Amino acid sequence: MSATFSAPTSLAEVLDALANGAMPLAGGTDLVVGHRQGKRPLPDDLVNLDHVVDLRGIVEGDDGSLFIGTLMNHETIVNDERVRANYPALADASSIVGSAATRGTGTIGGNVMNASPAADTIAPLLCHDAVAVLRSKAGERRVPFSELFVGPGRTSTVAGELLVGIELAPSGSTTGGSYVRLEYRRQMEIAIVGAAAVVRLDADGRVEYARVAMTALAPTIQRVPAAEEALLGTDAGADAARAAGEAVAAAARPISDVRGSANYRRAMAAVITQRAVTTAATRARGGVVRIPASDSTFGDSAGREGSGS
Amino acid sequence: MSIDITITVNGMVETHSVHPHRNLVSVLRDECGLTGTKEGCDDCECGACMVLVDGSPVNSCSYLAVQADGKRVTTVEGLAAPDGTLSPLQQAFLSCGGVQCGFCTPGMLISATALLANAPSPTDEEIRTAVSGNLCRCTGYTGILDAIRLAAETR
Repeated sequence: MSATFSAPTSLAEVLDALANGAMPLAGGTDLVVGHRQGKRPLPDDLVNLDHVVDLRGIVEGDDGSLFIGTLMNHETIVNDERVRANYPALADASSIVGSAATRGTGTIGGNVMNASPAADTIAPLLCHDAVAVLRSKAGERRVPFSELFVGPGRTSTVAGELLVGIELAPSGSTTGGSYVRLEYRRQMEIAIVGAAAVVRLDADGRVEYARVAMTALAPTIQRVPAAEEALLGTDAGADAARAAGEAVAAAARPISDVRGSANYRRAMAAVITQRAVTTAATRARGGVVRIPASDSTFGDSAGREGSGS
Repeated sequence: MSIDITITVNGMVETHSVHPHRNLVSVLRDECGLTGTKEGCDDCECGACMVLVDGSPVNSCSYLAVQADGKRVTTVEGLAAPDGTLSPLQQAFLSCGGVQCGFCTPGMLISATALLANAPSPTDEEIRTAVSGNLCRCTGYTGILDAIRLAAETR
């Protein structure tokens, strides 16, 4: 079959192409790399999103939410002051995706819709009660991230739908978050295990809102309600962080592969979650933990904190 | 089907007719005749194929040529002056021993060029991060990091 390619400038034209069976191309850092690696061939029919201005931008909503256009690349997200201040878990994640070149090309929409069980941005987005805003010729559909992922590489979107952006719930100064990844090397790495945590503290410093999500520990990235319950009402101190870590280890359904055995992953799930919770709590109290948190929570943390973001 | 694309390669506007699945590196090497850009791993791990697209480093092995339509592409051949005088960064690679077999050098130079364009005085960590997507199997990296630091300090 002959390949087709279009590069329209309007969303309407993109949705027409998708309705006719084309697949969307954003940065291509998963799609094209998967093709080069022989994992799966490129779709015969591609529609390039790159020229659609409407799919760009990071916009604050009237209610304090933050909308991130699907084409925003990781470098742009990491450098956005609103993301760094109010959604540092997402900044932690976007700052360690691939290499500098990957981050300048790869988009948040692509990272999400690739639906890898090891994707870095998904756990932070889950913890910020993100909503996927989908568009098709039939109109708009809003799907909570908790209902978006149905299996490795699979989402609950239907043919013809495009993720046009992601809406994050309002997040204020008493909310702190972090994403921590266990890795063999700093860059060009995929999570062995990862965890994101978001906590909001009340006036007494008690956790009144808690989100914990685990990465590379189940067929899909998902929240762990038992870990969140373990944090609610506590001071988010060491005991609470340990309890959250144990809850994640108990909920994990890891696989064994080249990156680690299931047993190793389960053991590290507890450790990494603990670090994510502790870092989120530090930030919620106004403390500075450098982005990416993964750097600060391993080894030389003392030397890395306090340098600002 | 073929698609006509227009790319500005090292300042020269070129039009090529390419299959939509063809990667940028093959167009640069086989159609533009610019063989400085290397194809190493072919799946975005090694960085030998790094070029600048509108000033940002891109792995051209895993970037479709059609994605570059209408954009500016800079390869290693575009770093030196028109008369062949090496850029200060290229000169620093030579004087610091940042080159051995040379296969990674075009990609290293491209990543470092992008860094120096955006960071006036990069920290050692920023330098390491900038070339984190570039593998070198000869130098042990020290000479490369020294060269980038020297280029930043002496410009």
